[in-house]
Amino acid sequence: MNARDDSKGGTVRAGYVRPLDIRHGRIDMGHGAGGRAAAQLIDEIFLAAFDNPWLRQGNDGAAFALPAGQRMVMATDAHVISPLFFPGGDIGALSVHGTVNDVAMMGATPLYLAASFILEEGFPLADLKRIVQSMAAAAREAGVPVITGDTKVVEQGKGDGVFISTTGVGVVPHGIDVSGANARPGDVILLSGTVGDHGVAVLSQRESLEFETTIVSDTAALHTLVAAMLAASPAIRVLRDPTRGGLATTLNEIAGQSGVGILLDEAAIPVKPEVDAACELLGLDPLYVANEGKLVAIVPPENADTVLAAMRAHPHGADAARIGVVQEDAHHFVQMNTRFGGRRVVDWLSGEQLPRIC
Amino acid sequence: MKYIDEFRDGDVARKIGERLRAEADPARQYSFMEFCGGHTHAISRYGVRELLPPNVRMIHGPGCPVCVLPIGRVDMAIGLALERGAIVCTYGDTMRVPASDNLSLTKAKARGGDIRMVYSATDALTVARDNPGREVVFFAIGFETTTPPTALAILRAQREELENFSVLCCHVLTPSAITHILESPEVRRYGTVPIDGFVGPAHVSIVIGSGPYEHFAEEYRKPVVIAGFEPLDVMQAILMLVRQVNEGRAHVENEFSRAVDRDGNLGAQQKVSEVFELRPTFEWRGLGEVPYSALKIRPAFAQFDAERRFGLGYTPVADNKACECGAILRGVKQPTDCRIFGTVCTPENPVGSCMVSSEGACAAHYAYGRFRSV
Repeated sequence: MNARDDSKGGTVRAGYVRPLDIRHGRIDMGHGAGGRAAAQLIDEIFLAAFDNPWLRQGNDGAAFALPAGQRMVMATDAHVISPLFFPGGDIGALSVHGTVNDVAMMGATPLYLAASFILEEGFPLADLKRIVQSMAAAAREAGVPVITGDTKVVEQGKGDGVFISTTGVGVVPHGIDVSGANARPGDVILLSGTVGDHGVAVLSQRESLEFETTIVSDTAALHTLVAAMLAASPAIRVLRDPTRGGLATTLNEIAGQSGVGILLDEAAIPVKPEVDAACELLGLDPLYVANEGKLVAIVPPENADTVLAAMRAHPHGADAARIGVVQEDAHHFVQMNTRFGGRRVVDWLSGEQLPRIC
Repeated sequence: MKYIDEFRDGDVARKIGERLRAEADPARQYSFMEFCGGHTHAISRYGVRELLPPNVRMIHGPGCPVCVLPIGRVDMAIGLALERGAIVCTYGDTMRVPASDNLSLTKAKARGGDIRMVYSATDALTVARDNPGREVVFFAIGFETTTPPTALAILRAQREELENFSVLCCHVLTPSAITHILESPEVRRYGTVPIDGFVGPAHVSIVIGSGPYEHFAEEYRKPVVIAGFEPLDVMQAILMLVRQVNEGRAHVENEFSRAVDRDGNLGAQQKVSEVFELRPTFEWRGLGEVPYSALKIRPAFAQFDAERRFGLGYTPVADNKACECGAILRGVKQPTDCRIFGTVCTPENPVGSCMVSSEGACAAHYAYGRFRSV
């Protein structure tokens, strides 16, 4: 008997699943229940975008080989951002770049990613697809595949559209020892480019602010920049990407970890005029505004020029600059010679950065 | 940045610094109070102190809007959010001002209060329009700079017949605070706080003009130089003050002539007097009750007055005993004179209000200048 008899209703086509209605569909609780709807969501949105041999095996985890004898690095990063789409990127690309960079800042070569998604009931499938495709594109561009993942759905009002958590693994080549605790007095501090771009791009889209700007987020995977820098000089002591809390917070972390002081030269820190202007208007300080495609490197003075040249030769380090030095300081202060000719502390960010009133 | 970088030029700053060193009489001390938190912030952030001769001392004044907000007022706002279920909207820095029961608006928000940070009074109106079923209260704080926008919001709410919008008015007045400092025993009787002159407010003066300061110059023989909030403005104003002192003059001079004139913004003043009237007395954190130093909403706009609308009474709450904010706001003490500065009281856990905003003397010193005190 022929199962495909179009003249009658109610016949069954073996293996047929009606495709998701991406245009109008929304996440519902069923997508998180582990049944057929969940499997379909994974197939049509996640597997379709991330497609690779590990995912295709359909296991709950992924097995992979590692180069023998090298130290492994593992890093994880949870991504919550509002709005989900912003000039220059979205939460998908960000969730790949953030973790790739965390692995790279250990001096490691990132190899694989795992991703988990917490989706809010009612979230449009079209937006989810756009985010996952952007994430897959970022992973492909970085050459770091997403090889395992998970999805959960929470009731409406209990999430903010989508939260993405990613974990990355990588390996550290022999002879590399990068850590926030390695800075020593006399070392030189290098910055890979302008600060504040990401934070200002995101703020410009916030509902309560909405100002027009040409600034786009700097979100980018920095592992190839790191590889070029380490190739130029394996003596690099510290690498860190100044994300939340900005450059100021990152340098305070390093000063504390290494037990040193830091002296910055304000005039040497690159800030785009548009970012400077937006910060001026909003009462923010660019040194505390987030970046997603910048890194700070601390290197011995004799290697500074070589590393700086390698940074400037890379597309993500074209505006790299020497911004300060590490010095002895029992109080671990980050200080700055201001462009104005004075000196001040560049402190930790306390609480949220809130605009002043006057 | 055009029109900004010009006022932050290090070369010009050095030249003014040289003039100051040449003109300040090494045989005497100069003490000037910068009234405004905006100036305190500029002095600290740009490191202006390094460029001043050692005998020119700046005293931080009480002109930091969140610093002078008494605990009892923040308690009122918190009560509206937590007990009355109102949406409370306020400006950024206000969120962190410490209140009773170890609360602040930020902490009350974490306890479920619907408290929202807004960039302007009109944003609070938008919140009211978007939430017709809820009471929306704008917790209005600040000096003459932020008062006209509150007046406009109330006038617009009246025009739109918005029924769920009201204002918890805590606007305060600069001239009465300056009088209070000049009349304080430390300045007037004991002379323990030597004030040789004032760096006058920037944005406040755009609204009220330079006229209101003439009284201080004449009556108390204190020179006032109104200055913009950029670091070069401050340096230039200090030089002008040194010159007045050297010449024995006590005049109101205007360094900020690109924005301030004698009369101020008459349109804004008219809106303010249409909506607000003087309070006979108002408690300032640090200064205590100061007569005729704050505004309340006129009876004609009673429905927009959160105090009337919710039948709120004011309960004064004493500051932490160890906190020296009061003396610091009057210029009697410096942040480092306080026993809990930098230990119990830090920007993460402010005990006193001066540790909250980067305009506050303690927070500014902690965040930008504490390397000098170790």
